Amino acid sequence: MSFNDWLLALHVLSAFSYVAGIVLFWILIVAVRKIDTPEETIRMEPIVKVGNAAVAIGGVGTILLGIWLAFALDGYAIWDGWIIAALILWAIAGAFGQRTGAAYMQGMTKAKELEAGGQGGTNAELLALNRTSSGVLMHTLASLVILLLLLDMIFKPGA
Amino acid sequence: MTVLAAIRPDSWNFPLFLHVLGAMILVGGLLTGVSSLAFARGDVRFLRLGYWSLLAVSLPGWILMRAGGEWIASREGWTKEGVPSPTWLDIGFLLADLGGLIILISLIVGGVGVYRLRAGKGSGLLKATLVLSTIALAAYVVAVWAMAGKPN
Repeated sequence: MSFNDWLLALHVLSAFSYVAGIVLFWILIVAVRKIDTPEETIRMEPIVKVGNAAVAIGGVGTILLGIWLAFALDGYAIWDGWIIAALILWAIAGAFGQRTGAAYMQGMTKAKELEAGGQGGTNAELLALNRTSSGVLMHTLASLVILLLLLDMIFKPGA
Repeated sequence: MTVLAAIRPDSWNFPLFLHVLGAMILVGGLLTGVSSLAFARGDVRFLRLGYWSLLAVSLPGWILMRAGGEWIASREGWTKEGVPSPTWLDIGFLLADLGGLIILISLIVGGVGVYRLRAGKGSGLLKATLVLSTIALAAYVVAVWAMAGKPN
């Protein structure tokens, strides 16, 4: 394997990490809709950290290695339409992802406040925050943009 | 290889898309399953979440990945009799099938484990599911590396 083959493999592994994080958050979004206690909300934090790490590694890996490959490989150029489209889609997905995180962190923050105040039972406000519709919308949009990005990477329109 | 990818026929793209999408869903389900089972610390809700991530996400992802893989391999002519398959494809097929078998065993073991949880018994079998699904996840990381880097 050449150096560029290794970089391509790491680029694709980064993409897998990114999408794995997106899938993980979908599963947590479904699971957290039934959670109305601070204790169980807080128990999700380690899994959220795994998802955050997967998205962060995936996001940084795909963009850095992707740009490197666009310059390094014959037949590709950074100004190719499908590569510019990918860069734009990557930025949009990141923006939606940040908003998803912010929406769901409200529930986590509330849960920590409740626990610190000794209120460990069920809480309707916490349940409402865990069921945030704006969070679901933002994650749906992020997922759709990532799907478009995957289609762009595979079909390479205009290449 | 990368230049080849850039000029691959359009008719290969859709099966490749399904193959990659299925593989990504599979890896996502495995990552969630492993994380939930690892951090459950005996909490029934998280043990079940881990098991159902494997059953409802990883398994459909595996089916899509495997069907898409067979389709794209057929389109590329690797499944024709007498055509020698490259090393990266052999690694991919081997790990896809071996990983599928491991997932199947982990689901059967985990299914019994979830049933035992309902009866108030221990979560030992779900620990076995955690170990097996971690092995499957590691195998698929290697498979992705092989399919993308295409070592000879």
